[in-house]
Parts: sequence; structure tokens; C-alpha cells
Amino acid sequence: MNENAKLQVTLLTGRTIEQGVGKERGKASMEYMESVSVCYMDPEDLRRLGVKEKANILVSTNYGSVVVKALKSLRTPHPKIIYIPYGPWANVLVDPETHSIGMPSFKGIPAEVEPALDKPLLNMKELLKEQFGKE
Amino acid sequence: MELLVKNGFVYDPLNGIDGEKMDIAVKDGKIVEKVNERKAKKIDASGMLVMPGGVDIHSHIAGSKVNSGRLLRPEDHFKDFEPKTPITRSGVGYSVPSTFTTGYRYARMGYTTVMDPAMAPLEAKHTHEEFNDIPIIDKASYPLLGDWWFVLEYLREGRIEECARYVAWMITSTKGYAIKLVNPGGLETWGFGHNVRGLDDQVPYFCITPREIIRGLCKVNKLLNLPHTIHVHTNNLGKPGNYVTAVETMKCVEDLALENKPAIHITHCQFCAFKGDDWRTLESGSEDIANYVNGHSHATMDMGQVIFADTTTMTADGPFQFALYELSGNKWVNHDVETETSGGIVPFHYRRKSYVHAVQWSIGLELALLIRDPWKIFMTTDHPNGGPFIAYPKIIAWLMSRKARGATLKKVNPRARSRSLLPSIDRELGFCEIAIMTRAGQAKALGLKDKGHLGIGADADIAIYNVNPETTDPSRKYKSVRRAFKQAANTIKDGKIVVNDGEILKHVGGATMWLDVQTLEPIKITEEMKRKFKEYWTVEYENYPVTEHYLEVSRPITVKADV
Amino acid sequence: MPVVKAVTCPVCGSLCDDIELTIEDKEIVKVKNGCAMCESKFLNYNGKHRIRKPLIRKDGKLVKATLKEAVRKTAEILAEANYPILYGWSSTSCEATRVGLELAEEVGGVIDNTAVVCHGPSLLSVQEIGISSCTLGQIRHRADLVIYWGSDPWSAHPRHIERYTTFSEGRFERSEWRGYVAKIKASIGRKKIESVLRRLFLKKKPTVPSSYLEGRVCPTISREGRKLIVIDVRRTKSAEMADYFIQVEPNKDYELLQAFRALIRDQELDVDKVAGVPVEYLEEVSDAMVGCNFGALFFGVGLTMSRGKLRNIDAALSLVRDLNTRTKFIIMPMRGHFNVAGANTVSTWQTGYPYAVDFSLGYPRYNPGETSVVDVLMRKESDAALIVASDPVANFPRKAAEHLVENPLVVVDPHMNATAHMADVVLPSAFVGIEASGTAYRMDHVPLPLKRVAEPPRGVLPDEEILRRILSEVRKIKRKKQVAAEAQ
Repeated sequence: MNENAKLQVTLLTGRTIEQGVGKERGKASMEYMESVSVCYMDPEDLRRLGVKEKANILVSTNYGSVVVKALKSLRTPHPKIIYIPYGPWANVLVDPETHSIGMPSFKGIPAEVEPALDKPLLNMKELLKEQFGKE
Repeated sequence: MELLVKNGFVYDPLNGIDGEKMDIAVKDGKIVEKVNERKAKKIDASGMLVMPGGVDIHSHIAGSKVNSGRLLRPEDHFKDFEPKTPITRSGVGYSVPSTFTTGYRYARMGYTTVMDPAMAPLEAKHTHEEFNDIPIIDKASYPLLGDWWFVLEYLREGRIEECARYVAWMITSTKGYAIKLVNPGGLETWGFGHNVRGLDDQVPYFCITPREIIRGLCKVNKLLNLPHTIHVHTNNLGKPGNYVTAVETMKCVEDLALENKPAIHITHCQFCAFKGDDWRTLESGSEDIANYVNGHSHATMDMGQVIFADTTTMTADGPFQFALYELSGNKWVNHDVETETSGGIVPFHYRRKSYVHAVQWSIGLELALLIRDPWKIFMTTDHPNGGPFIAYPKIIAWLMSRKARGATLKKVNPRARSRSLLPSIDRELGFCEIAIMTRAGQAKALGLKDKGHLGIGADADIAIYNVNPETTDPSRKYKSVRRAFKQAANTIKDGKIVVNDGEILKHVGGATMWLDVQTLEPIKITEEMKRKFKEYWTVEYENYPVTEHYLEVSRPITVKADV
Repeated sequence: MPVVKAVTCPVCGSLCDDIELTIEDKEIVKVKNGCAMCESKFLNYNGKHRIRKPLIRKDGKLVKATLKEAVRKTAEILAEANYPILYGWSSTSCEATRVGLELAEEVGGVIDNTAVVCHGPSLLSVQEIGISSCTLGQIRHRADLVIYWGSDPWSAHPRHIERYTTFSEGRFERSEWRGYVAKIKASIGRKKIESVLRRLFLKKKPTVPSSYLEGRVCPTISREGRKLIVIDVRRTKSAEMADYFIQVEPNKDYELLQAFRALIRDQELDVDKVAGVPVEYLEEVSDAMVGCNFGALFFGVGLTMSRGKLRNIDAALSLVRDLNTRTKFIIMPMRGHFNVAGANTVSTWQTGYPYAVDFSLGYPRYNPGETSVVDVLMRKESDAALIVASDPVANFPRKAAEHLVENPLVVVDPHMNATAHMADVVLPSAFVGIEASGTAYRMDHVPLPLKRVAEPPRGVLPDEEILRRILSEVRKIKRKKQVAAEAQ
């Protein structure tokens, strides 16, 4: 495995059925957290990064970085495109610029991915505490 | 509460009162014979006009189409807004005002009853939700039924009584007031992007013609004993040469009229009084239409007067709106409603210097002046299609004063001016005729027994205008007449003083009127109907009707049907 | 066991109203006709994440309070603020939004709904171009071509295709469900044969030409009946159902849309590929667009959120408008939350504007980019916030959420969500559409009634009622202030 591997990718955020089911169960539920603290990647990209499925990875953009769990995408091929469902994890990364129309940029954001096996995946409370200093 | 309106010049045409100086007594929201003079609150109306509250037979003020128009036109609102006061809610204008503003503006002009003429049955709840937010004025709406699949199918099979029962069910379920037809047959045809071209063109897949739909629903209207006639927006609307269609439409129900009673209302007639082969050769068809109407008693109509202003056109006539988009290149909204109807919106600017627009302006006034009987033609702008309703005082001035007409005529397109019939018309209406065309006639045509007059037992909806008919000659002093009608000195609604010198004093909720059509046997929900429901609509039968829960102030009117 | 029929599902913008709920001991035990999200909501709404008592933050911790205290505290926060934000509204009833607007006007705040981070750009585009649209039944009856662009109905609107489009049964068009099942069976059969062959010959797996990128000949769309086309940056689950899938490169939707506009006017394109898609494929699709009897284009946030934002929608709306000179074509945004369309609708009828309405000058002002909530937060202008039925801390970019969390923050919600965790006052509310009735607007603006099928927890009120109480409390405080000012 290659500790220095970094991958330049394009980040998309969006809906998944698991996220939809999870949010109806409750935003504090495990189902919700498990559905939105993940990153779907092309298997090729995982190989290039040198990590296995379900490993922790660190995703960074100009706006922030966050640890999420890497998952193999079933919707391949989409090399160099990563997908994180809407939620607090994705929001650390997205572009707040609204271009004067009120709408931030949630899709198509340049990002960098690297393995983060030694970094923990935060739960909702920890993440909020880290980001906003409140609990 | 008791109220006494003293010493005004009363115009109450339905009771034969023509400018008599008299008092009007009000108690518990109704007109009464007399009240205790010492206890009653008195309004001094000396030197002023006293009329029943205004009635508008056709004005798009609520519902999905109107709201799409509001959404479409932020630029229309930026220039015209009303801040919140301790009494009133804030809002915006201009051509498609927000709900609160709509109520206030009508009330300021002395109007107290307004009919929204186009409600897609599937979206009826929307209309009623907006009605709840339109203060002061009483409202009702006409469901669009001319292209409803049930109607097309039952009429084609000649099952007129069953059709009538379904229409009764529909009017009651949507809390509607009258049968509205818009480009009958044309809207179903628009479902695949086409249109019908005349009364005898077949509707694809349905094997029925517009003539059969109009005649069928006219018969249904009679079977159900509805207070208003069928309310018809003709085929070919907005096309040169369409005055023929308008006359034919009236002709096609001639034999269905009984005892000289009206059987059909042709709405915004200006838009279907075009002569000529194309826009270049466009001419007024008003004389032909006026001749027909003067010779027959089964038709009423409203003007659909054009105002030179920036406005927003909106009708259920999808193909017409598309044509208007192609003509103007302006932004265009289309909204077809499954199984029922369609709709479209296009912003439009009527310009004085445009030949076509100036001809249209002239046609509206010609119709109103050439039709001799004011009980047959009513003042509307088809708000906001011809222009916003706040322009009514301008129209009153044009109708009452040759000089006012001349002043505008001087400024319009010269070719249109030279062809206009207006210079040849000397007729100037009086206050009594204005009272007929703006309230009494409209209330009568609508069959609203408690509106449009000041007889004992009528709703105490009263408008007082600050103009003295004894000292003011409207023909010369048309500007003071215009001013007076713009801001009522007082508007009284259900016996409450709601407006004083154009200022809102009270935010009261107006009622929603609707017909509770009672058939001989209560309508049972047949299996056939349930099956059709599943097939035709994408909502469940149980969720379709508008329950009374949606009407904050509900005023049902019971109608006993003959089927 | 009582069964309640024709229940409207309060989850997504499809607003399916044919749900049947079985109720036992006042609890929903069975859901019929619903999708996975619908079942999850009706069966789990009352779980352990429910807020049952009002909470107020004291010494940094949220502690239980009475409803009266919480309403009073909320009213104080709002009455004292100069420029409060009132945000959310798309997961509650129109009746609640109506009160919310009155409250916003009373406190001179800015009221915005979740459309701002969803289909806000679509609304802006409609204001520029207009929109050729219809109700969903019209598509069920007539559409012989359905396109989903930047939208994955299988995941976000699971029953959309079955109820309203390709797999629904219409008067003039039949359902394509059988054809789809046959296709799936054939594909499973093919896979089996392939695996047998693999084992027999011990060869490497035969390459399955899964996409056009491998240089396969362009397939034609010649099939009779309803056709389904999916255009997306990813091969979504919906894409797998489609007759034709076009994978557009991220952030290049605008180019593709404009290419289609040129093609439907019979113009030739002088390039081989647009947005990574060979031109022959685009010609094939544009022929299908022009050749259909009734086409429908549904677009999702894939278009509104990626580069170009409202300009993408401008192009899509213009494409469909242009198509109407050749055939009948309609376009519709796939609205996410069950009543986001209703929130826009009510806001429009009361103020003239669909979202981002600013009452600070006493009348409605609208300028998305200035009066929209993310921008207000990024400029750090707001000094209080009331969030109703939404979770902006989980949905806004972190930078925007940061200022929100610094504001005195009130949350009205049935569930404990990320925003509620950060709040100063939390008011639990009844679930609209389960414990409270009301009205919601489907994505095509058809209003549908929401039913009350269960009792809310004791003492928990619907949003509408909570807002009314806050409004009356705000008015009391303001009146007192006025009296005090006059006395001085």
C-alpha cells in the first residue's frame, strides 16, 4: 500500500436511496450516519490509491477536509469521479460560493483523496463538535 | 351594528332608483328599511354617489394560473409594492398582484364581489386557499369543464342527463360557481400540440365538435338550474376574422334559450371581435357583433377592454397563449392539466403606437357603446389579460365622455385612429348605465340575488364615490369622475366600513360563494366512476374534492336541479 | 384492524396519495403501496430520535423546558432581532408556511425555503424563460418519450416511473413494464450463458460493452412505444432501466443542452464529441425528440447544482420551448421534499416571490444572491434564526452553517437533527402528514390533502399551531415595547 498516494478527483454530492431511508428513520440514527459518511469510488481509483473497500480516506477541497469510508461504486465506470451523499460530511467539502444567485455549488468540485487509515471516522456528534465547537 | 348612509345620490338600477337623494339603512350586514337614527353610525354622503358594491364577473385573481403569473414576473412587482401597516398586510402589484393587495385594491375602488373565471378542477384547492388570503371581497370561481373527458364522452354518447349529474358533482366537489368553457375542444386537442379551427372541427380521438360541446353544456346548465349561464371563451380567440366564430357561438344556442332569458355569456368579447384576414388587415368586428346582440336577448357579454400598459396575459387557452408567445417572443408558461384543461401565460405590453393594439382598444369601447342595452354588456378588462383591474376608472371615463375618448384617440396609432368607429359614436353613458355595467348587470347575469342592489334584504355592500352628479358633467369633467372611482370615499362590506378615502380601515375576510347543486337523487359514486377515476387522474378519488375545511368563510348557495 | 386508504406520503415531491396504512393500537404496523423511504418514514417516525419535550440551552447544555417557556424564549429572540432568518418550510404544510410568512413580516426578517439550495436556480430560470409544463397525468396518458436529466428517480423519487411515466398505463400510451421485465430476463439469461462459456473455455471474461466509450456502433432508438432516456454524469440505477443512456462529463451539461438546441434546428455540429459524447449519439436522441408525439424532460439537481447552475436550466427550458415548434414537449423539475412546491406556492401568492423574501423594509423584497439565506449567512448579517422542519446544519456548506450556529437559533422539528443539536431553543412538533393534517403541493403543483392518521406524543403540537403561538407572543412583546416607548 502506498501511503503517499494522492488522487486528484471531481467530487459530486447527491442523493442515495440509503440516505433517503436513513433520514426518514431519524437524522441521529446509525442508518443515517452510515449512509452519509461514505464515499463511492471507482474500483480502479481505489486500486490506484492502494486502499481496500471500507478503509478510511481523507477527502480535501479548498473549503475543508473530512474523513469518510471508501466504498466501491456499483455505478461504474466513473474514473476520477467520487460521490458522497448529502449530509454533514459532504458539507465540509462543498463550495459555498453562490455566484450571486443563492445556490452554493454542490456538484463538480475539484478534490483530493488520500488514504487515512490512522485517522478516525467521526460520528455525528464528534463531527459537529469539531466543525462548530458546539454539542 | 347599525349604519345610516345619508343624503347620497343613490344609483340602484335593479330597484329602478336613478340618482334619487335618499338614505340607506344597514343593520347586521343587510340593507334594512330603517334604523334608529340616534343610535346608528351615520355617514354623510351628501353630494356623493351611492351605489351597490362593485361586482366583477370575470377577473383572474387566484389559483394556479394566476400564481404562475406572479412567479413569472418579479419585474412586475419591483416597481409596485405596498408596505405593511398596523392594519394591512404587505404585498406587491402590478398586473398580477399578491393576494392581500388584490383584496385591498378592489375594495379601494368600491368593489365587493369578484368572480375568478378559470379554475382547473384538479387544482381547485389552490384557488380556494388563495381566496382565503384575499381579504374583504366576496369571491367565487368557475371550474373549467369544456374539455373534461367525462363531458366529452357523455355528450358524444348523447347521455345528457348523466353528463349533468357529473357536472353537478364536479361543481359541488370543486366548490365552483358556474360552467366555464374555454376554446371548447381546443384544449384537449392541445394535449398533443394542436388546436381546433372552428365550431365544426372534430376533437381528435373523441369524435365530438365544439358546437356539440357548447350546446351540450348549455342544456346541462339548464337541467341543473344554475344561476349563471354557461360562461364561454370562444374558439379562435385572438385570431383575425374570429368575429364570425363569436357570432356563430351565440347562434348555436339560440334555440335553447327560454322566455328571452340569457343562455350564454361570451366573455372578454373584444378578443373575439376581430375582422380581417391577418394582422395587417385587422379591423373591428364590433358592429357585426353589436348588431347580432341588439337583435337577440339570449346572450350577455363582457368587454375585455384593452389598457395601454405592460400586463400579463393568462388564459386556459393553451394554444392561444402559444401563438401569443410566437407572436411576441416573450417568456411563455404552459400548464396542461390531465383529463381536464390547459393553461398558458405570456407577458404582454399593449402600446398606443401599435396598430393592432390600438384597434383592440377601440373595439372594446365600440362594443360597450354600440350594444344599446347596458344589461347585456359589462365592464371588464379580463384582468389581467387586457390590463390590470385598477384601470377600471379609466374605462368609466372613456364610456362617459366623448372628450376622454378623443384625448386618448389622439395619441394612438394614426392608421388605427382613422379606422376607429369611436369618432362616429356620440353616445355617452350616464351614472345609472355605469352602475348597471359595473354592478347591477353583472350581479343579475350571475344570478346573485343579494348583490348588485340596495333593496331591503340585500347584502350591505355599498360604495360611495365623491362626485356630485348635479354639479359635475362627466362628459367634460371626466378627470374628476376618474379620480372619484379610483378611490371610493367609503366602501362598506357586510355593513362594516372597510375603506375611507381610499384607505383600508379593516382587514376582514371575504366569503367564498359556491353552488351546492342538489340532484333529484343524491349522486352515488358508481363503480364506473371509481374505475374512470383510477384511469383518468393520478390522484385518488378520496383526495380529489375540496372539503369545506378549505373555505374559511364558506357561503353555499343551494340549487335544485331537474335531474 | 383499521386500514386507512388514500394516504398522501409525506416524503418526496412525487406525493403518492395511494398509500394504505394498517393501524393497530394507534400505531402504524403495515404500509402498502409505498416505496422504501415511505415505509421507513411511516414505520419509524416515532422512534428513539423523536423529540418529546421542548428544550432550552442553559449553560451550554440543552435542558427540558415547558412549551410556554420555549415559545416565550423564541418570541423574545425573534422580537429582539434586527434581521432574523426564517428558514425551512418544505417539509411542513402550506398552512404552516402561511403563518410563517405572517411571522416573517411581523419581525421584519428574511424568509427562505429549501428551494434555495435545490431548485432555486430553476425558479430563476423560469422567471427568465418561462416553462412549458403540465400535470403528471398528462405524461402518463400521452408521453411516448421520457427523459431524465441529472436526476435519479430510482433513488430520489422511487415510484415516479411507475406512477407517472414510462411504466404507467395511460389513455394513449401503454406501460412499458413488460418490455422492461423481458429485457431484464434476457440480460440475466445472457449473463448465465456467458458464465457457462467462461467456465467451459476457462477464458478471461468476455468484455461486455457496457458503454459507448468502448467504440461500439451507435445503437438506434427505433423501438415502438414509450422510450426512456437517461442523461447523467454517473450510470445511475435509473440509467440501467433506460433504453438509452448518455454519460455526460461533469460540469458539461450546458454544452450538451446547447448542442441539442442546435441539432433540433437541423444544424450540423462541426465536432466529433460534445461533453464526451459522440455526436452520432446526440443526433439519434435529437431525432427521437423531434419525432415523438409528446416528449417529457425531467431534470434534477444534477443540473441546478453543477457548473452553470441557472444557465443550465435556461438552456433546458429553451430547448423544450424550441421543441414545441416541432412537436409537443414539456419539462418539469424533480422537486425533492414533499412540499417544497407548496412552500414556493404560498410564498408567491402572499408576496409575489417564491423564496428568499426579505421583509426588513416592511414590504416583500426579492433578490436571490442577496436575500437568499446562504448569502445572508456568508455575509454574517443575520442575528437570529428560526428553522422549521429542515436541517441546514446538515445541508448547508460548512461556512454558511458556521454563522447560523453563532446566531440565537430556534428549531421546530419532530426529530433531533444536526441543527437541533446546535440550537438554543428546540420545539418538538407533530409529523405533518402523519400526526397533523394540512395541504401539500406535488412537483406539478397539484394540491393534495395530508392526513392525520396517528396521535402526536402528549403535548406536542403541529408546526402551524406552534407558529401561531410564537406570532401572538411576538405581537404581545412588541405591543409592550410600544407602550413603554410611548410612556417615555
